[in-house]
Amino acid sequence: MSETVEKVKAPSEPLFSKKNKKLITDPLTDNNPVTIQVLGICSALAITVQVSQAIVMGLSVIFVTMMGNVVISMMRNAIPSRIRIIVQLVVVAALVIVVDQVLAAFLPDISSKLSVFVGLIITNCIIMGRLEAFAMGNKPWPSLLDGLGNGLGYAGLLVLVAIFRELFGSGSLLGFPIFGDAVEKTGLYAIGYQNNNLMILPPMALIIVGVIIWVQRARNQALIEEH
Amino acid sequence: MESTLDIFIKAIFSENMIFAYFLGMCSYLAVSKTVNTALGLGAAVIFVLVVTVPVNYLLENYLLKAGALSWMGEKYAGMDLSFLSFIMFIAVVASIVQLVEMLVEKFAPALYGALGIFLPLIAVNCSILGGALFMQERQYSTILDATAFSLGSGIGWFVAIVAIAAIREKLRYSKIPAPLRGLGITFILTGLMGVAFMSFMGIKYGKEVPKAKVESVETSQK
Repeated sequence: MSETVEKVKAPSEPLFSKKNKKLITDPLTDNNPVTIQVLGICSALAITVQVSQAIVMGLSVIFVTMMGNVVISMMRNAIPSRIRIIVQLVVVAALVIVVDQVLAAFLPDISSKLSVFVGLIITNCIIMGRLEAFAMGNKPWPSLLDGLGNGLGYAGLLVLVAIFRELFGSGSLLGFPIFGDAVEKTGLYAIGYQNNNLMILPPMALIIVGVIIWVQRARNQALIEEH
Repeated sequence: MESTLDIFIKAIFSENMIFAYFLGMCSYLAVSKTVNTALGLGAAVIFVLVVTVPVNYLLENYLLKAGALSWMGEKYAGMDLSFLSFIMFIAVVASIVQLVEMLVEKFAPALYGALGIFLPLIAVNCSILGGALFMQERQYSTILDATAFSLGSGIGWFVAIVAIAAIREKLRYSKIPAPLRGLGITFILTGLMGVAFMSFMGIKYGKEVPKAKVESVETSQK
C-alpha cells in the first residue's frame, strides 16, 4: 500500500522535498526528542555504559520508530480513536519482539547486557509520541522519514552520552583501549591517570544529559524555558 | 535466598526504579512540577504496579515460561511461549489500566477526580512494563515475592517523584543559570539524588551480600 501512495504522491512532491528533509534533520538538533521534547529517557540511560550497547539500542529504536510509524500511518483511517493506544501498543510490541529475537539470535552478548531494556522499547515515549503526534495524521512516506529522524536524534544522543561514559569510565571506546592499559600501567596510566569509576554508575548518565542540555540551550537561546 | 522483606526493601532503595534504572522518567519529568500532582501520579503507579505484576506473574508461570503449559497435559509440556511475553505483558498492562480506570470512575468518583488524568498515562509508563519484565528476569519463586517486589518498586517510584517535585517547587525561588532552567537542572538533580540513593547499596540483605553494579562493569572491563 505504501508504494501506491508514493506513486500518487510522486508527481506533486519529490520524495526528498525540502519539507521531507526537514523531517529528518529537525529532530537531530533543535527538536531533539530527548533533550527538547523530553521523550524516551526511560530506557535510554541505563544502557549508555558502553558505546556498542548504545549503538545497538539506537539501531533497534530507529527500526521500531520507522516501521511503527509506517504501519500505524497505513492503518490510521481504520483505527477507532478510543482504542488507538492499545492498537499502537500491539503494533509496537510485535515489532519489538522481532528486534528482540534477532538480537538474541545474532548478538547474544549484547542482548543479555541490554536485558529488559529491549522490551522497554515498547513503552519508549518517543515511539508512542511519534505515532500519536505524527503517524496518526500523515501519509506513510513522511511518517517513515519522521520515524527515521526521531530515531536518529535519539540514537545520536545515546551514543554521545555513551562515548563520554565509556571513554572516561573505562578508558576505552567500543572496547578498544584509548588511554593505554590500566593494569599494566602503560600510556596515560603510566603518569598516574585513573579511570573515573563514577562515570560507570547510573546517576552520571543523568548528569551528562543535563550538561548536554545546558550546552545546547546556551548555544540556542530560543530554547530556554521559563520556570 | 532472600526473604520477601528483603525483596521489598531492596526494591524501594538500592534498586529504585528511577535512580538505578531510570524507568518511568518521561512521566517523572513531565508531572513533577508540583507536589500535589506528583502525589496523585505516584499513588496511581503504586496501585497499577501492585495489580499488574502479580497478574503477569501468573501469566508468566502458567502460560509463557518454557514448560509452563504442562498443566494442560503431556502434549503441551515442551512448549516455550516466552517470545510472546512482551505482547502479553503490555496487553495485560493496557487492559488493566483501562479496567481500573472504569472501575474507579464508577465506584470512587472522588479518587477518579484525583487520579483520573494520570491513569491513561500510566499504560505507557516504563516502570509498569519494567516491573513485569524485571519480575520475569529475576524469576521470583512465589507470587508473594513478586507482589512484594511490585509494591516496593511502586513505593520507590512514589518517593522519587514526590521528592523531586518538592525540590522543583523550591527551585522556583533560586537563581539558576538560564540555559539550565527547567529540564537541565532537573536532570542534574536527579543524578545527584541517584548518587545519594546509591549509598543504600551497602545494606546487607539476609545472607546474600548485594552485588553492586560497579562490579559487573569492572569485570566486563577486563
